Amino acid sequence: MEIETIMLLIFIFIIAGFLGVELISKVPSQLHTPLMSGTNAISGITIVGAVAACAINTGESRIAGIILGAVAVFFAAINVIGGYFVTDRMLGMFKKKETKK
Amino acid sequence: MDTYLICIILYMVSCIFFVLGIKKLGKADTARKGNLYSSAGMLIAVISVLISQDVISGGFIAYLVIFLALAAGSAVGFIWARKVEMTGMPELVALFNGFGGLSSLLVALSQNIAGVAEDSFTAVTLGLTIAIGAIAFTGSVVAWGKLSGKMFKKAKPIPFKNALNGALCVIGLVGIIMYAAAFDGGAGIAGIIITTAVFLILGFTLVINIGGGDMPVIISFLNALSGLAAAFAGFPIGNTVLIVSGCLVGTSGLILTLIMCKAMNRSFFSLLFKSFGAKKSSSAASGEQKEPRAMSVEDAYLVLEAAKNVVIVPGYGMAVAQAQHAVKELCDKMEDNGTEVNFAIHPVAGRMPGHMNVLLAEANVPYEMLKTSDDINPQMDNVDVAIVIGANDVVNPSAVNDESSPLYGMPIVEAFRARTVFVLKRGKGTGFSGIENPLFTNDNTAMIYGDAKQTVSALVSEFDG
Repeated sequence: MEIETIMLLIFIFIIAGFLGVELISKVPSQLHTPLMSGTNAISGITIVGAVAACAINTGESRIAGIILGAVAVFFAAINVIGGYFVTDRMLGMFKKKETKK
Repeated sequence: MDTYLICIILYMVSCIFFVLGIKKLGKADTARKGNLYSSAGMLIAVISVLISQDVISGGFIAYLVIFLALAAGSAVGFIWARKVEMTGMPELVALFNGFGGLSSLLVALSQNIAGVAEDSFTAVTLGLTIAIGAIAFTGSVVAWGKLSGKMFKKAKPIPFKNALNGALCVIGLVGIIMYAAAFDGGAGIAGIIITTAVFLILGFTLVINIGGGDMPVIISFLNALSGLAAAFAGFPIGNTVLIVSGCLVGTSGLILTLIMCKAMNRSFFSLLFKSFGAKKSSSAASGEQKEPRAMSVEDAYLVLEAAKNVVIVPGYGMAVAQAQHAVKELCDKMEDNGTEVNFAIHPVAGRMPGHMNVLLAEANVPYEMLKTSDDINPQMDNVDVAIVIGANDVVNPSAVNDESSPLYGMPIVEAFRARTVFVLKRGKGTGFSGIENPLFTNDNTAMIYGDAKQTVSALVSEFDG
């Protein structure tokens, strides 16, 4: 990898870190669980890496690499789909006070 | 336009959706929409990798394998998310998190086989992905086992734990260096095997001795790790969407970890490297022992019936007894009786951040009634009755007025300042930390022993009767 690319990637990493701090630091405590399971689903983004790795290995017919990649896709998919649905279910339960009878 | 450019642009769009999603997730009114935004970002990211040159050149076989794995994983995740009980939420989050870590670990191994490592930078980031992913994986699995009560519940302390963990960490890093120095040779392969094995063990030994009450901190931390692992998995293949979103998850997890630590008045360092409650037994014997005063449900009803202002302080015990629906019923009865009812929720009550909020939301308690300890404490002197349901350390007055207590300085729900305190508890005994709770023997405290759910239901039927 060229040094310019490396520096750019590190640059992106650092800026994203500061962005994350700004985004999260004022979340009310009642939303901590949905926030955690929601970001947990996002960490399943590794699925993109899994798909790419699996495909690269297919192109060169490396069986072990294909299997590892496919298993990675499988687990990442559980993480992503499960994470989003469970977060949605949780958030669906948070209700405002109904008007008093 | 070639597919490379299209991919980059789509990744950018996907990142924007993630950022907007997380932002909206942080506000109660827009949280659900935020989750939807972030899932849209995920969909876009997956579509763009599927049309990328890498996958296209993989040909039909690549698409077939990937779609099968995608479909199987999605089906499992979907069913799991549908079937889980809300009380099982902490362990499910832990398990999903472990899968994320495992996936990053496997991605790095697969990348290695694909020959992605071409210089020391890519090799080091690949090694770090393996290291962090492995810790996140085994750590989360242990957390899952502990939370679900299936495994590792009463683990024996590991002798020389810190020395062992330190040694493992050093060996693992040496493995990464070996790999970086010779990524296409035999030594490199050995390095990657060492790294994988050692960090898998390290995840296990780090979490195995952490007790249930410290779980909110450790779950947040593992969440941060799985995000970081995903971010590092993006470096070797120069994938921006992985780096950005992985990093966002990493920082959000770290912030949550720090918030949880602050709520327990402990440094993260001490949590990982010291075992809490080890020095507990010494102070327990000192001082005269008062007997807690027990009260019957009937008498408790009379007090509640006359109360104008009631605060309920839930803890892990409420989750164990699955008492949230009964609590909501009691809360309705009291409100019909003209009593003002609020919930005081400590940030680390339960086994994961916000655990109590989710349980009470499931029981249809509107979120305006769920107050933080900071909101409630100033008004505590005007509260007629504080009902403590299955909480212990988070209401321990020693944290405020006993400098010798290990809990001293921890922010608590100051239930002891209410005129009357009811403590619903299964039996006598100390909480998770093993520290005596003077609240139980205070003159204004009455203990109502028994299963929390049955006690609360009995109170509800008193209101009916």
